[in-house]
Amino acid sequence: MDNILEMRHITKDFSGVKALDDVNLVVRQGEIHALCGENGAGKSTLMNVLSGVYPYGSYTGDIVYKGEVQKFSDIKASEKTGIVIIHQELALIPLLTVAENIFIGNENLKYGQVIDWEETQRKAAEVLKSIGMHENVNRKVVDLGMGQQQMIEIAKALAKNAKLLILDEPTSALNDEESNTLLELLLKLKQQGLTSIMISHKLNEVSRVADSITVIRDGHTIETIQRDHGDPIDENRIIKGMVGRELTNRYPERHAEIGETVFEVKDWTVQDEDDPTRERLSHISFNVKKGEVVGFAGLMGAGRTELAMSLFGHTYGAGSRGKIFKHGKEITIPDVQSAIDQHIAYVPEDRKTYGLVLIDDIKWNMSLASLKSRFSENGILKADDEIHAAEDYSKKINVKADSLTQRVESLSGGNQQKVVLAKWMLSDPDVLILDEPTRGIDVGAKYEIYTVINQLAESGKAVVVISSDMEELLGLSDRIYVLNEGEIAGELQKEEFDQEAVMRIIMAHSARRETA
Amino acid sequence: MMSQAATPDVHSNFKENLKGLKEYGMIIALVVIYAIFAFMSDFKNVSPMNVNNLIMQNSYVIVLALGMLLCCLTGNVDLSVGSVVAFSGAIAAIMVVDYQMAIPLAILAAIGIGLLVGVWQGFFISKLGVAPFIVTLANMLVFRGLALVVLNGQTKGPLPQEFTQIGAGYMPQFFTTIGGTKFELLALTAGLLLSALIVFMEIRSRRNKAKNGFEVPSVGASIFKVGVSVAIVNFFTVKLAMYMGLPLVLMIVAVLVAFYAFLTNRTVPGRQIYAVGGNRKAAALSGIKVNKVMFWIYVNMGILAGLAGVILTARNASATPKAGDMFEMDAIAACYIGGTAVPGGEGTVTGAVVGALIMGVLNNGMSLLGWSVDIQRVVKGLVLLAAVAIDLHFKSKKNGYLRPVIRPWDWSLAPPISRLCWLMVRQALSLRAASAGRISWKMASGLIVWRQFGRGFRLATQRWQLT
Repeated sequence: MDNILEMRHITKDFSGVKALDDVNLVVRQGEIHALCGENGAGKSTLMNVLSGVYPYGSYTGDIVYKGEVQKFSDIKASEKTGIVIIHQELALIPLLTVAENIFIGNENLKYGQVIDWEETQRKAAEVLKSIGMHENVNRKVVDLGMGQQQMIEIAKALAKNAKLLILDEPTSALNDEESNTLLELLLKLKQQGLTSIMISHKLNEVSRVADSITVIRDGHTIETIQRDHGDPIDENRIIKGMVGRELTNRYPERHAEIGETVFEVKDWTVQDEDDPTRERLSHISFNVKKGEVVGFAGLMGAGRTELAMSLFGHTYGAGSRGKIFKHGKEITIPDVQSAIDQHIAYVPEDRKTYGLVLIDDIKWNMSLASLKSRFSENGILKADDEIHAAEDYSKKINVKADSLTQRVESLSGGNQQKVVLAKWMLSDPDVLILDEPTRGIDVGAKYEIYTVINQLAESGKAVVVISSDMEELLGLSDRIYVLNEGEIAGELQKEEFDQEAVMRIIMAHSARRETA
Repeated sequence: MMSQAATPDVHSNFKENLKGLKEYGMIIALVVIYAIFAFMSDFKNVSPMNVNNLIMQNSYVIVLALGMLLCCLTGNVDLSVGSVVAFSGAIAAIMVVDYQMAIPLAILAAIGIGLLVGVWQGFFISKLGVAPFIVTLANMLVFRGLALVVLNGQTKGPLPQEFTQIGAGYMPQFFTTIGGTKFELLALTAGLLLSALIVFMEIRSRRNKAKNGFEVPSVGASIFKVGVSVAIVNFFTVKLAMYMGLPLVLMIVAVLVAFYAFLTNRTVPGRQIYAVGGNRKAAALSGIKVNKVMFWIYVNMGILAGLAGVILTARNASATPKAGDMFEMDAIAACYIGGTAVPGGEGTVTGAVVGALIMGVLNNGMSLLGWSVDIQRVVKGLVLLAAVAIDLHFKSKKNGYLRPVIRPWDWSLAPPISRLCWLMVRQALSLRAASAGRISWKMASGLIVWRQFGRGFRLATQRWQLT
């Protein structure tokens, strides 16, 4: 097999700091090549060098693509040669149609500069068909699910005549089923001769589809593992390469001392926000005990986030009924401040949108939820207390930053997540709800977050974890509730933990609902 | 591993310097603009009377800019303030002139009207969720119209002296003569007290930084900063002392500036405003009642607009339906020139005040030079555009990282300002070519300024090199 791409001795530095140091990457024609590494290892920088985001001249080393040294001045130049990058944050325009999005920046023209709409729609339908998608090309992208949007991105790349497709964390926002479809598609496109580079944190996906895996750490290439050379694709080996040490156990040990019930919800029913005549959640009952980590499993859209938010000061839902008990006493939580006052915390799922004020610094973000309860007196801030608390917690949970006055937007995903965690730990909660606490962060940071969760439980907090990463949920929880289509479909004790068991509960519940 | 350890330092210094630089940059720009106009106007603009006028003319812009800053911090603006100034001023004037009501009552009524306008706008913004831009645009029309209606399209005046005091009066005066010049003692004392306060605050801030383990700026930088601030303060107070002492309205402005600086820096509501502007959703999930914050911001703006209406009416000794025209633009421009981020979440009271002063110095200087109002608008527009463009340019990571050490005397904003400065010096030279006796002197000083900036230019390009 020929090499479609060779990146040789790539070095890129930012004001004297080397983000990439003599990195080599060889991608063979027609393979799926995975790029693995912790956040900040240099994967995205490398891909930005390849796609011309950092133009020729701003790095040293050679990009040899299709046998020629390329000198891309910008993304347009690299796209012309067939290198197309799909970023983690999708670049679709929500209010435009599927067809318009597919050909944006690449319009079908007639008479010079006039858009040929018939051609656009015809070609868009053609591209969609080629990836096995049967969607009306005149639908607006905003009405599609995340999985479909990701497919549209791929269609868009194919419409640009991509020869080398780069996917940055393509499945990070997708559920299992959608991820599956996407990976199948990648394999199918591979059959048709498309080469792709995939950046991913999800090692099970990588080991499933990748032909080669290059591991990067601290701006260096560590190794390239190839499937057909007899090398087994071993997740532990990848992890070892990524973090530079062997993680014998991906989930830290904990000796749970489970006490009395701290938080209990009975018959919780919530009206859908967009359609108040519908029940988004119905008759949910669950409890969490002192020192216990309770997991919530379920497919995307099962209503887990909605459940958490409806409990957390009615931040979701058009209305709700049911009862909430804390330490055996019935309580109401009319708004977020009241939740905070009653020592209930919710760490939201999307840290950049819901968790952090990105342009503010670490200490401001950490103190934000406790300004009233902890960091002020008569409305006047206690600046010293704020600094000391932020310092304290940064140390406690190991936030890596040069100063507390650093803006959180410049932190890595794992450190950002730690800041959000610290923010809610500072609010001194008895009940802590964590929604996707490790999404999009690297293995090392995940382990640290698990450790913090365990410490919280050990110190007597009641912890609820919502996660789409089934393995994580099984590794972390003492008990799991399975949520499906807005109802509790089942409950699993630690000794019954098994991924298949969870899926069986979901399937059985869906089947029951259909017959009912 | 070495390279990793080196990263944080460069990074934090970059951020710190940028922050410091921005505030210095604005103050330097203010001083430079003032100096340029001083050259061009034969130092008319530094005369005691003009300094006094400068303050009186700009007091209401500063008052409005303080309220506008809060709106801008949330990423919004209030377009209605000019109209509210006219309307509230009109009501006050009518109460006093037509109905002979007590003056304090009229003043309270005008401020009360501002408050009601704020409640009215806040209702649409926070309860009904109408975009502030639309709500305030609509009310800009409504209240300008109402001002015309209540005044019958005519000027209402003259107002008694007790009323005009607020806009044109002075604090108690204690004159004395030092070396043949008459000085007012209260103004001098105020200047000295304020200087002491500045020194004290800087020492306290250094001590606090050291206590909390933060990087303490070099002694030289602190002395420079304090020196410049003290010089500026005393320049104003001495000039005021040489005229009529402290204007009453300066006291009002000083109290408000202190209050809003405290509010934004040291209180929970202040912090909440920054959070709402920085990320509304995250703020809401942190227990901040976003709608409540928005409501009070617009109520606050209304109250300040009412107060500005009183001050303006008092200064003019009459109310006219056209009063306050375009004030909203001056206030918004002041905030953005002062470094407030357009999407919100970032900006300071100091910045807004300096921004307002830059606008004021420009207005005043150009008027002294006899430039027509049309040209004045062009210049003001260009200054706003340039200020925001420069600000964004240096915020953008694409334009490289700053080297660790930047001292204020590097004239860091040199490249754009120097060009402007050179143009102006040249123009001044050609304008006054007739008075040949002074050309050589002016040429010399112009060249010194130019050389300084030339040096700054080289330093700056060196330091801001793309790396």
